[in-house]
Amino acid sequence: MLEVRELSKRFGGIQAVNTASLDVYENEIVALLGPNGAGKTTLFAAIAGFVRPDSGNVRLAGRDITSLPPHVICARGLVRTFQIVQPFGALTVRENIAVGAHLHHASRRQALARAEDVAEKVGLGPRLNQPAATLTVAGRKRLELARALATDPKLLLLDEVMAGLNPMEVSEIVPVIQAIRGSGVTILLIEHVMQAVVSLAERAYVLNNGRIIASGTTAEIASDPQVIEAYLGHGAAARVQSRLEARHAP
Amino acid sequence: MTAKITGAVLLALLFCVPFAVQSEFWLSFWLLVLMYAFLGQAWNVLGGYGGQFSFGHALFFGIGAFGTAILQVRHGLNAYAAGAIAIALGAIVGCAVGLLVFRYRLRGAYFALVTLAFAEVARILISSFDYTGSGFGMLVPLARGAANFQFEDRRIFYVIAWTLVVIGALIAWWLENSRFGARLMAVRENEDAAQALGINLIRTKVFAITLSGAMAATVGVFYVQNFLFVDSHLAFGPAMSIEALLVSIIGGMGTMFGPLFGAVVLHALGEAAKQVTGNAPGLNLAFYGLLLILALRFLPNGITGLLSRRMARRSSERAHA
Repeated sequence: MLEVRELSKRFGGIQAVNTASLDVYENEIVALLGPNGAGKTTLFAAIAGFVRPDSGNVRLAGRDITSLPPHVICARGLVRTFQIVQPFGALTVRENIAVGAHLHHASRRQALARAEDVAEKVGLGPRLNQPAATLTVAGRKRLELARALATDPKLLLLDEVMAGLNPMEVSEIVPVIQAIRGSGVTILLIEHVMQAVVSLAERAYVLNNGRIIASGTTAEIASDPQVIEAYLGHGAAARVQSRLEARHAP
Repeated sequence: MTAKITGAVLLALLFCVPFAVQSEFWLSFWLLVLMYAFLGQAWNVLGGYGGQFSFGHALFFGIGAFGTAILQVRHGLNAYAAGAIAIALGAIVGCAVGLLVFRYRLRGAYFALVTLAFAEVARILISSFDYTGSGFGMLVPLARGAANFQFEDRRIFYVIAWTLVVIGALIAWWLENSRFGARLMAVRENEDAAQALGINLIRTKVFAITLSGAMAATVGVFYVQNFLFVDSHLAFGPAMSIEALLVSIIGGMGTMFGPLFGAVVLHALGEAAKQVTGNAPGLNLAFYGLLLILALRFLPNGITGLLSRRMARRSSERAHA
C-alpha cells in the first residue's frame, strides 16, 4: 500500500529524517514510534506532501506520489491528521466533516449525509450542530479523525490522535480505530500511548534522530535493546536486562 | 435565522422606496446604499467567506467603471457590450491578481497590502494617459434611452440596483450551500487542514477573487451608467476600497445580508451625522472610523451577529420560562 524509500529531509542544520524506509501493507495497522524530536511528524508531513523531501521517494498503491501537493495526494487516497488539531473553528461539527466528504460528493446534501454517518462512527453523533471551536480536546481529536475518514481514504495517517486523552478516552477511541480498519482502511499511526499501540498495531517502526532503528512486531520492538536505549538513554538496555535477570534469579 | 428574515424584510422594504419616496435626494441616497451593498457583497465573497482581506477592491470597481467608459467613449461600443466586457475584465484582473498573489502564498496583512498597492498603481496609471482621461476623468456622453443603458427615470436604475443586491444575496446563499462555498470557508478557517482534506488552495482562492472582481466591476459599470462620469481618484482611491470592506465588516462578514445591513446602517448614520455637523468636510470619514472601532469592539460578528445573538437570548429565555 505504502512504500517509503530512503527518504531524507534536512531543516537547516538538523537532519530531521535520514534515509528512512518503511512499508505498510494493505489493511494493516502499523505504528511509527520514537522519542520526541525523532522526526516522526516530519516523516508524516513528507509522505503526505506537506514538506518536500530532499531525497528518497514515496509510493502509494504502486504509484509515485513523492512531492505531489497535499490535495492531490489526498485525492489519491492518502489522508493525514494533525498532531496539533486544526478544526475549522467557526463551522459546526457537521460542516467540518462535510468538507472532507466533499472530496467525493459534489452535492451538499450527500456530503452532509455522509458527514452524519461518519460522525456516528467516531462517536460525534450528539455534537453535530456544535461549533467545532467548542469541542473538548478529545472531541477535537475525534473530529480530526472524522474529517479524514470522510474523504474515504485507502490509507490513513494518524498523528497522535490519543495524545492528551485520559485513559478512559483512550479506551473509547481504540475500538473506533479498529472499526475503521475493519472497514478496509489501512492505517499508519504515530503514537506515544503504549497501551494503544500494543492493542492496535501489528507491526511498528521506531525512528530515532531521523533514522529507522528498529522494526518488527510490537512485542519484538518493546524488547529491542536499541529501542530501549533510544527512549531511556545510553546503557539503559543493559540495566533493564540485569534488573530483569535479578528478578528472575531467585 | 432572524438575520435572514430581517434581511428579506429589509429587501422587500427597499423595493418599495422608489414608489413611496418622491424626493430625488432620498432616491439617490438609497440607490447609493444599494450600490455599496452589492460592492460590499463582492468584498464579502472573498473577505467574509474566503478570509482574504482585500484593501484594494477599488481596483475592480475602477476596472468596471473605466472599462465601460473607455470602450464607449474611445471605441464607440454599445453600452451593454462595453459593460459586459468591463465585467469580464474585472474577472480577468481578479484572476490574474489571484494567481500572482496566492501562488506566492501571500496572506493576511501581506495580501491586504498587495491589493492596496495594485489599486494605487492602477489609479496612478489611469491618471497618466490621455487615453484613460489623464486625471480629468471620463465623461460618457448623455444619450438617454434604454438602448444606451441610460434612463431618465432614476427609479429604473434603482430597481436594477435592487436586483443586483438580490443577486448578491443569492450568490452568498449559494456559497453557504455548495461544495465550493464549503471549501472556501474551510480555506478561511484553516489552510493546512483544508489542503489535507483534498482542497486545492490556489484554485479555490483564485475562483473566489475572480467572482469577487466581476461583482465589484459590475458596480463600477452601473456607477458609470448612472452618473455618466468617473475619475481615477473616485474609482481607484482607497475610499472606495474602504467602503467595500467597511459595510461588510460592520454588517457581518461571511453572512448573506451582512453587506446590506452594513450599507444601510453606515449610510443612514453617516447621513444623520452630516445633517448634525452641517456638512463639515471629512467629518463623516472620522465618523466611519469611530463606527468601525465600536463595531469591532462590541459587534465582532457585525449587525448580523447582533441579530442572531438577540434571537439566541430570546429562545433561551423562552426555554427557561
